[in-house]
Amino acid sequence: MSSAPAEQGNAEPVNPPIIRVRGLRKVYQTGKVYVEALRGVDLDVPPGEFLAIVGPSGSGKSTLFHIIGGLTPPSAGEVTVAGRNVSAVGDSGRTELRRKYVSFVFQKFNLLPNLTARDNIRTALHIAGLPTDHFDSQFLNILNLLGISARLDHKPSELSGGEQQRVAIARALATKPAILLADEPTGNLDSRNSLAVLHILRDLNERLHQTILMITHNAEAAAFGHRIMHMSDGRIVESSVQ
Amino acid sequence: MVFKLVWENVRFRPVRTMLSILLIALPVTLILTLVGLSRGFVEGSEKRAEGVGADILFRPKGTTLLSSFNGAPLPEKFVDQLAKEPHVAASTGVVYQLVGGAFDSIAGIDQASFIHLSGPFVFLEGHGIEKPDDILLDQYYADQRHVRAGSRIGVLNKDWNVAGIVEGGKLAHLFVQIQVLQDLIGSTGKVSQIYLKLDDPRNIDIVKKQLSAKYEDYPIYSMKELEAYYSVDNIPLLKYFTEAVLGIGVLIGFLVVWMSMYMAVLQRTREIGILKSLGASKGFVMGIILAEAFALGLGGTITGVALSFGTRWLMDTLMPASLPQAIVPDWWPIAGLIAVGGALLGSLYPGMLAVRQDPIEALAYE
Repeated sequence: MSSAPAEQGNAEPVNPPIIRVRGLRKVYQTGKVYVEALRGVDLDVPPGEFLAIVGPSGSGKSTLFHIIGGLTPPSAGEVTVAGRNVSAVGDSGRTELRRKYVSFVFQKFNLLPNLTARDNIRTALHIAGLPTDHFDSQFLNILNLLGISARLDHKPSELSGGEQQRVAIARALATKPAILLADEPTGNLDSRNSLAVLHILRDLNERLHQTILMITHNAEAAAFGHRIMHMSDGRIVESSVQ
Repeated sequence: MVFKLVWENVRFRPVRTMLSILLIALPVTLILTLVGLSRGFVEGSEKRAEGVGADILFRPKGTTLLSSFNGAPLPEKFVDQLAKEPHVAASTGVVYQLVGGAFDSIAGIDQASFIHLSGPFVFLEGHGIEKPDDILLDQYYADQRHVRAGSRIGVLNKDWNVAGIVEGGKLAHLFVQIQVLQDLIGSTGKVSQIYLKLDDPRNIDIVKKQLSAKYEDYPIYSMKELEAYYSVDNIPLLKYFTEAVLGIGVLIGFLVVWMSMYMAVLQRTREIGILKSLGASKGFVMGIILAEAFALGLGGTITGVALSFGTRWLMDTLMPASLPQAIVPDWWPIAGLIAVGGALLGSLYPGMLAVRQDPIEALAYE
């Protein structure tokens, strides 16, 4: 493992970066108080990288995720995701980004509680404008890898936490996104299920070359990434390649 | 998939769905019941007027066709005068007086001339009017007051003997001797209107013309004209009443749906956040909300229509004479439009709030 200077956490990209961030700033207004969540972040992520982002609460890692994923616009700076300048597009452009290029896996799973696992996946396919009547062979392999093929007709309330998170991963991958953003994916799981989910993410990264950005508090979880990036006070303070 | 999403949404929270449907059904039932009551009242009046079997109606000066079914301003001497007119086979004067509010009236009749003109009453119990305190009730009023032949009943602050119960559909719900009612309301020697029966119905136009020439300023109608005139729209009070009810129904429906959909959207904040995180557009989220509102509006309409049969049963059980409620199928689509339209309009604002919601805040909603 080597450690790079904290500067802006850039590893030399082997390929043109799938995520390129320059001078990213984000200021939130809470009442009359302005909070600077990101204070100038530069970042390059090559395609197929599994990047772990660690840092204390309030360090800006979730905000960085939300901007890269098109959930919120930046206050300043430039963000390019899968060749699209996210900082220059409006709400509909960010919606299109989420629909076609980026998928999320959340700590709280965020499955639609009234739908079965299968219908949760089909909803994502429908929104992306993809066929919903059958799953292609590649996706069936993913379901097998995730070990949820037999649990697809159950609603979230009938699934364990680990199963719910694996359904959430399946839903995120169903649309074949360029980037998978996993925000504390093991935060609500016990150690056995956490390990299983982390192995699945690494498998997906290795087999499908899926670009994955993962936020975690857990050093063991972070060790699954190719690169670990530390954030503090809205800045990248350290980046180390595994 | 959208249908599935909407269906699962309404199925997932059955209590909220049922409550929303019931709340939307309320104004639908309110509209159908009150319109049904208006129409039932008019249809009942029409049926009873038709049941008299007369050909021509002679009314006091200055009255309109459907006004002044109360009091007796017409001198009784006209009854005999009109009986002597060419082609008039029978005439009878009737005194009307409203009882128990605006929906029931008692008729004072000269039993002999009335039966001569109209035919005999069909008695279900008892016998005809024999004594001054005798009263005849039709079956609806008897059911409403829970009385039988031989019972005593108070009407117009007077104690009456229920002499007989007759089949409904003729003139009024209650009948007493004409002189007794005239004295009771201070109109001795006067009647409310006069019914004429002709030797041949084909002579109606001729007789009407003759009478109009002779009795200038007295409104004279054929019974066919009267029947044609029986509609809610021709009775200003009922027309305004129906319109007011409609307005209140729309307002209540809108507020109810608005509150219901507002709560529904609030409850589903997180789910809307999830849909947005999946890349759902504003149009998609709004479409889901509107489709759900449509489903609830449709459910509310069907439930409201079903409940209107319930209110009719209630009216028939409690007040069959005073509050006859018609079932009004022609109003079902109108009530449905109000409910569904209200549901769609009512869901617009909460829907707009939902689509504008910040996905990060929505996802953090507990």
